Amino acid sequence: MKVGVTKEIYPGECRVAATPETARRLIEKQGFEVTVESGAGALASFPDESYESAGCEIVDSAERIWNECDIILKVRSPEDSEVEQLRPQTTLISFLAPGQSPKLLEKIAERKASAIAIEAVPRISRAQKLDALSSMANIAGYRAVVEAAGLFGRFFTGQITAAGKVPPAKVLVIGAGVAGLSAIGTARGLGAIVRAFDVRPEVADQVKSMGADFLMLEFESDESGGTSGGYAKTMSKEFIDAEMALFAAQAKEVDIIITTALIPGKPAPKLITREMVESMRPGSVVVDLAAEQGGNCECTVPNEVANHHGVHIIGYSDLASRLANTSSQLYGTNLVHLLDEMGGAEGFCFDMDDVVIRSATVVKDGEVTWPPPPVSVSAAAPKPSTPAVKTEIEPATKIPWPKITMLVLAIFSLVGIAMTQNAGFITDFTVFLLSCIIGWQVIWNVSASLHTPLMSVTNAISGIIIVGGMVQVGVSSGLAAWLGGIAIFVASINIAGGFLVTHRMLKMFRK
Amino acid sequence: MNDSAVLQIMFLKREWFQSVIDMDLISTQLLANEQLTLDKSAATVAYLAAAVLFVLSLAGLSKQTTARGGNILGIIGMLLAIGATIGGMMIGGFPIMIAAIAAAVIVGAILAVRVPMTGMPELVAMLHSFVGLAAVLVGISSHIQPFQSVPANEMLIHDIEVFIGVFIGAITFTGSIVAFLKLRGTIGGKPLTLPGRHLINLVMAAACIGLGIWFCQESHDSGGQAMTALLAMTGIASLIGIHLVMAIGGADMPVVVSMLNSYSGWAASAAGFMLKNHLLIATGALVGSSGAILSYIMCAAMNRSFVSVILGGFGGGGGGPAAEVEGTVTEFSVDDTVDMLEEANSIVIVPGYGMAVAQAQHSLAEVVKILKAKDKLVRFAIHPVAGRLPGHMNVLLAEANVPYDIVLEMDEINDDMPQTDAVLVIGANDIVNPAALEDPNSPIAGMPVLEVWSAANCVVMKRGLATGYAGVDNPLFYKDNTQMLFGDAKQNVDAILRSLQGN
Repeated sequence: MKVGVTKEIYPGECRVAATPETARRLIEKQGFEVTVESGAGALASFPDESYESAGCEIVDSAERIWNECDIILKVRSPEDSEVEQLRPQTTLISFLAPGQSPKLLEKIAERKASAIAIEAVPRISRAQKLDALSSMANIAGYRAVVEAAGLFGRFFTGQITAAGKVPPAKVLVIGAGVAGLSAIGTARGLGAIVRAFDVRPEVADQVKSMGADFLMLEFESDESGGTSGGYAKTMSKEFIDAEMALFAAQAKEVDIIITTALIPGKPAPKLITREMVESMRPGSVVVDLAAEQGGNCECTVPNEVANHHGVHIIGYSDLASRLANTSSQLYGTNLVHLLDEMGGAEGFCFDMDDVVIRSATVVKDGEVTWPPPPVSVSAAAPKPSTPAVKTEIEPATKIPWPKITMLVLAIFSLVGIAMTQNAGFITDFTVFLLSCIIGWQVIWNVSASLHTPLMSVTNAISGIIIVGGMVQVGVSSGLAAWLGGIAIFVASINIAGGFLVTHRMLKMFRK
Repeated sequence: MNDSAVLQIMFLKREWFQSVIDMDLISTQLLANEQLTLDKSAATVAYLAAAVLFVLSLAGLSKQTTARGGNILGIIGMLLAIGATIGGMMIGGFPIMIAAIAAAVIVGAILAVRVPMTGMPELVAMLHSFVGLAAVLVGISSHIQPFQSVPANEMLIHDIEVFIGVFIGAITFTGSIVAFLKLRGTIGGKPLTLPGRHLINLVMAAACIGLGIWFCQESHDSGGQAMTALLAMTGIASLIGIHLVMAIGGADMPVVVSMLNSYSGWAASAAGFMLKNHLLIATGALVGSSGAILSYIMCAAMNRSFVSVILGGFGGGGGGPAAEVEGTVTEFSVDDTVDMLEEANSIVIVPGYGMAVAQAQHSLAEVVKILKAKDKLVRFAIHPVAGRLPGHMNVLLAEANVPYDIVLEMDEINDDMPQTDAVLVIGANDIVNPAALEDPNSPIAGMPVLEVWSAANCVVMKRGLATGYAGVDNPLFYKDNTQMLFGDAKQNVDAILRSLQGN
């Protein structure tokens, strides 16, 4: 059987559906004959000679491939001009976007041909080696960071040099799918501080395993963002509001945002608003991996680098093509595995009982077979309950009496204090109350292992009562002065003992 | 409260309001024209700086990496405060002051250097008592003769402030002493439950309020019985302090210590009110709220309300009889324990007060080092109320050079228990008691505990089958996957260490 590889005619597409190495495997391991259009791999740095030495036949025109080959391997969806050349009984394998382009499927069906949409391969463990979407997403995630690094005017890693200190870049990755995880890994590799968000709480561990912080949403619902397809789904309004608030807060803080949020078959959700972009520091970079589906960022211009208030928004939809050599290699390998699954040259057939082949086949002998029956493949089952966050909402009918009592008491005490009409006392009380609040805020952050040192240091600090003794020791009454003196003595024991013992304890803590 | 007391209050109020209204205009004028001398002004600003340093000091203590810096900031703040007081606030008595400070620093330094880490709870409790005592002394001294004359219209407020300051100080003083004695073991850990103890507390509190009214009245005309009232109240407040802490069981000690920490702060703050000293007010409030939070955290760790801990007498609650514990105890030898540790890949060690008492932490650290060298995952699980002081176990383990990143909190490690091959419980009881989760009638029902029984194997090192401080039987000891290793924790850990070194 003859496998044909044409040159991609879509403008700017640099990838090719087979590399010399994958072609060699098709020829030697699976017994296909491989025909490659001259110059097909040129843009991905695979010259014709290398295909020849792998045993491929090089032809000058695409026409010959369409006319002679039984299986056509492509990267992009075929253009109309290409579909017209498709012969009956042949098979086209490429990205086809079957959900978005029913007309294309019909046209292929009219040609009485078969077609396999490589992105329709289900996400099950067995089919991972054919999962070209993951391969491409992986590359897109890597390239997104590289593109961002190209435009970003600073180091990713923090450095302390003789010429001063350079802070590390902070990167926010939205969507922790394959692309997101790849972006996290790349940004971490460059030394940035990376945090990531995803609507599916079950990916938190994956995010952490890549070295990023997983941002939790302070929001209670039994909603899990995962679907039966292993992708994200559309969330409820409350969830989205909470999510947007998180992004708005993060936008002010981070230098680079990489969005990878896609919902299969739907326009990309708008996650980064114009205001958020404006709140970012000038020189920041947003990379929108969803640009082709409309973009996650309101300022995204598809296929271009936009500049909004000094923030670069990268809307390239061809990130994988920008790393053509590797992406061709990975895509080509995915296709080799697919053809292997289908039986190689000898036993090539569409095994419609095989769930992988069934799902990926979108046109079979002139009949549209899309969509396939659903396959449930969620990687991790959502937990039955989420103990992380407690429900804050109480039934509206329940009146919080303790709170009301506290409030009434507080109002009465404030009124009482006002009644004293004493400027000094009111100032004292102001200082007192504000200090209580400061103490309250500061102490909550103390880690449990430091409670003993905290206690001994507060103990030493409460030795401040020495000041009381010191002012009293000077009074003329002998007894009062002596009492003050004793107070100084005991308070000083406290100060010296407390600070010293704290120091001793803290010296022992080591990593 | 009887009728005459009510009348007295009403009388007082009327008189007070009258005086307040009369003086109001004058005091406003005084304020507007107030010009500080340079040294006073400098001292006030230095006080502000000291207060900020104290806040930064506490903030620094929130992380291991910044904690030592935090302590140093606290020292600088304290030196600044003392310097400012000498320079701008003191009106005399320098020789007494210098002598007192010099002597006290020596005493304090000796205490701090000598105390063993297991003795930390006692030391902290004792230091709390000093703050309470100082507050009482300052209050009484300020009553005898305030260091700056108090305007007539502020006399009542000053009196109330003195009274409250002495009251809190006295409770802190005696309460801390009792806590100190309990922690040292001089007084037994069992709660003292006098019949009608809540009533006793109420009567004593009411008496203090009555004395307070009398005090304010008498203080008004000089030469009255005000001093008698103040001293009588001091006596009663001291009794309250003793009684409050006597009624609290040994297992609640972490709460008591942090509560006394809080009181010592409030006492300092009250002293600040009576001396019109903002640094004292602010710093006291910082310490007070810090202690309050710690108490709250400790209470939450035991699933008990703050009020129920304060009122003491733990162990009487529960809707019905606690479930009887049945079953047999499997006993383990040191060799069995060593075998189990050798076989296990992931080991969790749960230390309790028993480890502190036996001073077993150093040998234990050696055991951990050997086990880690054999590529085993060894971690410590610390219950928030293990020991007698918040964070007590962490300090002991740090002393024994256990790296703090293998010392985990209960919440961090409970989920990992089912994947753990072996758990070693050393001198802990209530914090690993499954009855807290399984038996709703247990006095400790609902208290979060370390779920050691869900690990594959669990060895409990204990002296005997006695109950813990909560006085509750522990069904853990009777579970099939639990083995008991009886004896002194230190000797047993040493034996394990020798055996491991021998291999």
